[in-house]
Amino acid sequence: MITVTNLTKCYGDFTAVDDLSFEIQEGRVYGFLGPNGAGKSTTMNIMTGCLSTTAGQVKIDGYDIFEEADQTKNLIGYLPEFPPLYMNETPLEYLKFVGAAKELKNKELEDQLQEVVSRTKIGDVKNKLISKLSKGYRQRVGIAQALLGNPKVIILDEPTVGLDPIQIIEIRDLIKQLGQTHTVIFSSHILSEVQAICEKVLIIAKGRLVAFDEPERLKKLLLTSNSVSVVTEASSAEAEEVLKGIEGIDSWEIQGAEEEALRILVKSSHGIPTDICRKLFFAFSGREKAILEMTTQKASLEDIFIELTEEEPAAMNEDERESAQKRESEVDNL
Amino acid sequence: MTAILKHEISSYFHSLTAYLFSAFLLAFVGFGAMLYNIQSAVANFEYVLRFVCLGFVVIVPILTMRVIAEERKQKTDQLLYSLPLKTWEIILGKYLALLAVFSVPLCIAAAYPLIFSQFGQVYLLTSYGSLLAFFLMGAALMAIGTFISSLTENQGFAAGITIPVILLNYYSVTLAEHVSATAFGSVIGLFVVIIVLGIIIRYLTKNEILAYGTGLLLTIAVGVVYFMDSSKFEGLLPELMTKLSVFERFYTFVEGVFDMTAVVYFVTVIIFFLFLSVQSLEKRRYN
Repeated sequence: MITVTNLTKCYGDFTAVDDLSFEIQEGRVYGFLGPNGAGKSTTMNIMTGCLSTTAGQVKIDGYDIFEEADQTKNLIGYLPEFPPLYMNETPLEYLKFVGAAKELKNKELEDQLQEVVSRTKIGDVKNKLISKLSKGYRQRVGIAQALLGNPKVIILDEPTVGLDPIQIIEIRDLIKQLGQTHTVIFSSHILSEVQAICEKVLIIAKGRLVAFDEPERLKKLLLTSNSVSVVTEASSAEAEEVLKGIEGIDSWEIQGAEEEALRILVKSSHGIPTDICRKLFFAFSGREKAILEMTTQKASLEDIFIELTEEEPAAMNEDERESAQKRESEVDNL
Repeated sequence: MTAILKHEISSYFHSLTAYLFSAFLLAFVGFGAMLYNIQSAVANFEYVLRFVCLGFVVIVPILTMRVIAEERKQKTDQLLYSLPLKTWEIILGKYLALLAVFSVPLCIAAAYPLIFSQFGQVYLLTSYGSLLAFFLMGAALMAIGTFISSLTENQGFAAGITIPVILLNYYSVTLAEHVSATAFGSVIGLFVVIIVLGIIIRYLTKNEILAYGTGLLLTIAVGVVYFMDSSKFEGLLPELMTKLSVFERFYTFVEGVFDMTAVVYFVTVIIFFLFLSVQSLEKRRYN
């Protein structure tokens, strides 16, 4: 469907996208993940013909994006990072213009307008001025615009940024729905979002592709070490003795004592987490020390993300990561 | 292209712009008609148009400042790039919409000579010939305005540049009488032009070598010609200034001559600046 080969884009001396190659299949939802400034928007702008390349090629359905722009632009619907809306128009006027520019006429235009309005649920506001609409509705109008002309591929650049949590969930549901009928590529720096909607994830850092796989497989591939958090009534000396006797434990860390209980983080790179749990359970019970709480800590996409993007120095500084995590946890808390 | 054209026209008439523009132009024409045709009882409507000319300094920027600058500011230019439209279609659609808005008040003003002819002898051919030239001249200035608007995302800046450019063009004939007609004076003038050209090239292409190279080549060329035959430069600067004035071309029509070379000149200016606007828009993709 989409083939990107050796894509490179430089702004003066700065290389925003560095030798990027990947292929996108039809009919799936793809997540484009990367820290701020990783080159997500640049890549998307190039894929939609808004920006030139320094080197490399993008082909959509076999058509070159620059040389056969007429064919490719009809195959793509694009929502840029800032929804490109004319503030002094109503959504209906705006969509009519976009439809006309996509060469839809009369009955076809009317039908498609009705369809995208109902799909993006903007029927209530379609005759209000866009400048008076909330951010969530503006984003929907932007998505509606991308859907006009029924393009095979829909590219959405950070469609959930700046929305409130309920709006985020609504937009996510919409993306999921779109994934049933279109190929959807959307970018985000919120990991849980990508994990929740995408069938495949592309992670880029510093303009390079660092991973391209299904979220579940990424987890298995990249994080073999499992950790288990244990709360026990044993004292720290007793616990250490017990742990020393268990096979397959790499390391442990005593994280602190709570009221007559001890919290330990046990790490193991062997076997499956439940094996370690069994061993821990019997080892402690053999000493008549109860385990009060035991939690296996699974690798999240976030760990993978940090692991992958950290290899590239300065891919994401502390502040950015903190704020990204904070944002994510806010979303998760819902 | 028709999609852009329709959209632009509707946006002009949805906002105050088209009305403000028409009101200004009609007020100028009305004032001129009262002054010349009614108070002084002259039967030449073309004099009114000559009087209105200076009004272009205000009304052209009103119309052209937002054409492309606004798209950039609202980031809607990205939409235009991603739609199946060619860059020349975008520019031409926008430009034709400008002409459509421009022609509305002119159609109203076109009734004036007919009305006056009810009360006496009016030279209708000269009147309508001048009206056509007036339209073409306005169209040429709007092409310049469109280009200036494509250079920036700030409407105010676009207007701020368009006004002095038109004003300079308007007064260039008067100024030409005061500039030095000597060969040396012309060389100095040409140097200034070369420097400005170099700055524009550098701004548009971000290529210093190209800008300095062009500047240097032109400087050498001017220098060589000057030392070989300095008489070639005598009177060049004032002549150039007169030749470049769109207003001066229009005055020929007012005097009753339908000058085809002037029509060709106006059309050339329009094509040249629309071409530059297309390049300027295209350049954004290659930054």
